[in-house]
Amino acid sequence: MADSVSSEEVAVISNTDITSTESENNIINTMVERGTALLRKLEINVAEAEKRTGKNTVNMQETYTVYLIEIRPAETEGGTPAAPDTLWRRYSEFELLRTYLLVTYPYIIIPPLPEKRAEFVWHKLSADNLDPDFVERRRVGLENFLLRVASHPVLSNDKIFFLFLTEEKGWRDAVLETGFQDKADSRLKSLSAMFRVKNPDKRFTALKQYSDELNNVISQLLRIRARVADRLYGVYKVHGNYGRVFSEWSAIEKEMGDGLQSAGHHMDTYAASIDDILEEEEHFADQLKEYLFYTDAVRSVCRKHELIQYELEMAAQDLAQKKQQKEELATGTVRIFSLKGMTSKLFGQESPEQKESRLAALEQSIQEGEETVKEKNTECQEFVRAAWDDIERFKEQKDKDLREALISYAIMQISMCKKGIQVWSNAKECFSKM
Amino acid sequence: MSISAPRGLASSGQKPITEILHPLSAAEEPLSPGPDVTVSGGRDKEVGLTNGTPVETPSPASASVLFNKLHLDDDLDPDTRDPYADTETHDLFVTVDDPKKHVSTMETYITYRVSTKTTRIEFDLPEYSVRRRYQDFDWLRTKLEDSQPTHLIPPLPEKFVMKGVVDRFSEEFVETRMKALDKFLKRVADHPVLSFNPHLNAFLSAKDLNKRQGLALLTKVGESVKSVAGGYKLRVRPPEFCALGEYLDTFNQKLGTIDRIAQRILKEQSEYLTELREYGTVYASWAGSEEELQRPLEGVAGCVTTCCGALEDMSENMSQDFLPVLREYILYIESMKNVLRKRDQSQAEYEGRLEAAVLRKQEDRTPIPAEVEKCQDKMECFNADLKADWERWQSNKRQDFKQLLTGMADKNVTYYEKCQAAWESLITVLQDKQTEDKTSETN
Repeated sequence: MADSVSSEEVAVISNTDITSTESENNIINTMVERGTALLRKLEINVAEAEKRTGKNTVNMQETYTVYLIEIRPAETEGGTPAAPDTLWRRYSEFELLRTYLLVTYPYIIIPPLPEKRAEFVWHKLSADNLDPDFVERRRVGLENFLLRVASHPVLSNDKIFFLFLTEEKGWRDAVLETGFQDKADSRLKSLSAMFRVKNPDKRFTALKQYSDELNNVISQLLRIRARVADRLYGVYKVHGNYGRVFSEWSAIEKEMGDGLQSAGHHMDTYAASIDDILEEEEHFADQLKEYLFYTDAVRSVCRKHELIQYELEMAAQDLAQKKQQKEELATGTVRIFSLKGMTSKLFGQESPEQKESRLAALEQSIQEGEETVKEKNTECQEFVRAAWDDIERFKEQKDKDLREALISYAIMQISMCKKGIQVWSNAKECFSKM
Repeated sequence: MSISAPRGLASSGQKPITEILHPLSAAEEPLSPGPDVTVSGGRDKEVGLTNGTPVETPSPASASVLFNKLHLDDDLDPDTRDPYADTETHDLFVTVDDPKKHVSTMETYITYRVSTKTTRIEFDLPEYSVRRRYQDFDWLRTKLEDSQPTHLIPPLPEKFVMKGVVDRFSEEFVETRMKALDKFLKRVADHPVLSFNPHLNAFLSAKDLNKRQGLALLTKVGESVKSVAGGYKLRVRPPEFCALGEYLDTFNQKLGTIDRIAQRILKEQSEYLTELREYGTVYASWAGSEEELQRPLEGVAGCVTTCCGALEDMSENMSQDFLPVLREYILYIESMKNVLRKRDQSQAEYEGRLEAAVLRKQEDRTPIPAEVEKCQDKMECFNADLKADWERWQSNKRQDFKQLLTGMADKNVTYYEKCQAAWESLITVLQDKQTEDKTSETN
């Protein structure tokens, strides 16, 4: 069902050895489905990154990176591609957008942003945010984020998102005007609060557990992969020493000299090849990282559901308590301890007028309580329905994307092997001519 | 058997015994037999047996059939510019194999089977099979060095191994040592002069080597050689031998560097392997919590495991085949340097004696004594032998390193091929599933 995606939208691994069918299947970032209205209209790119300096909120000079977002109307038949509309955004604005989405759509698994600081690095990669390789990978990650949102059946229709892509100056105000900040606070509370739900939804419990497991295993994988990369780097680079010593040795040989010298050059080539190989592999690590961060979003949805469930249970409990109180008041029995009950016992029964007014107040409260419970119930059911829709969508997306990632990883490994065979076969030929 | 390299003086060349007195052979040793003469007395001195048994004599016909077959196998590389290739007849074949552990009350040791096939008449039988231990090889080498001091004797693998660090009885160690011993013996057997040494003959054929007598002789011989040449300092080494010496020094250095690089690579590979193994297990454990992705993840885990196995094979090969041969050559260089030093000594002695004799002649007209001429003969024979051996050594070195390095490259290619095959089969599996999904979607 996925149409072929233009190369502007997604990064494709340059692999000259695979067939075109493989290449089409082998889209790394996402099989972006052009099912959404937004994507039918627009093509979205994060084309460039640039360094800027300027004064920040505390009036101090700082250097930061901005990213160029390009919007183009989707290609019409026979039409030439129009010039894109562009605007610049910095990372913090992306963060703001995401927070807005998290708060506004708590039942949606919001796509994650690329990491703020480089983590799981192996020794060669710099952890510096201004390092060009890091900036480049972040650019790709940001584009990926925008495409994920743009291809989401719900999120793609959001107005603020549209403004993010189109309004450079006025956007920040528009976001703040939505008043999402208030909801943001309560959301934070929900994430950190400790409460227990009496009847947890088994599906959500299972999902949270899966999400935690996935988080663990991907973290582990990324850590070890970094160590593996480090070691592999060492193996390749040491071979470079062969290049030098073969060259020196060839100087004292007559017939063996040429063969040794040429073989030495191949050893140098071999040693140098690891840099590109590991750079390419970073792409795979980025794909894993996206899903690592996705697990946080999944967890967040589960927690939000818990909160709603909890609030529902609290409201129901509250209502039950009030009904109980009313009954006691009406029949005069005290089953539940209440301060009022105690004082009336000690200081004498209240007057019938007082009792009447209290009953009325309770009645009111009960009605309100019933309203609340109904509301909460509806909210909960809606949440569950919408969330599970998105969860099913997410699961399919995850399975597809990760399978693609594994395939492209395998292709990378094959490419590395082919390079190795090439170099060593060349060296072998040089040796056999010694 | 004839050798085409011309000799100024008759000594180690293939002339009948009666014509020459080998200048540097110890007095009591029998002379190197030429191809036409049957050695009578030499071997009888060795008496007493270690656990070797000669093979039953087969009919001469079958031995020569075997010999012919082996001869054809030897014609490997037509490019070899071995000066002896055309003229040497390969008529002595030796093999070292079949290691066995012997346990006695005093000690535990390994013996190896030494098999010989030959058409040479210096040997009574066309085939032999004896068992020898490292000590015996060491004995042989020492005898050869002392009886043929002008020749380059191939090296033996290291004698001493630190107990506790290396397991002397591990399969790997024994295997490596055995290959080196086999190489040693083959090189001796291929040498136009050394292969006719009676000690070699005894080593290959005698039921037991009585080395005690030999050892006593050894010390006397060693000392006599040394005492003769001692006390003279060499002034100028002829340029061709200077070049030789320089080459040996540089080559030694380079081999040392290559050894260090190879060891470092092995270390890095071993650490890489450790991490890679863990990497594979994480994929396997991930597979446990997935449904759709279970098979792909298990597939990846399997691939990684296959690559680990391939890497292990290659590393093992490097440490068992590559490094030992490299180290052996370093020992070989040492031997060559020793021969060079001995040559220098013989030149020094000659020049020293000559100078003394010339002075005396000037004083009282005594003629140049025969002793001085003997020294001159010694020196010139040394030079000739060394040059001939040097050529041979260079050519063998070329072959050996060609083989060694080609082998190393080949093992690397095989490793990558195995890995590539594993990943390619995984992709097929993964992509098949995809097409399955696609067709079920459209249906």
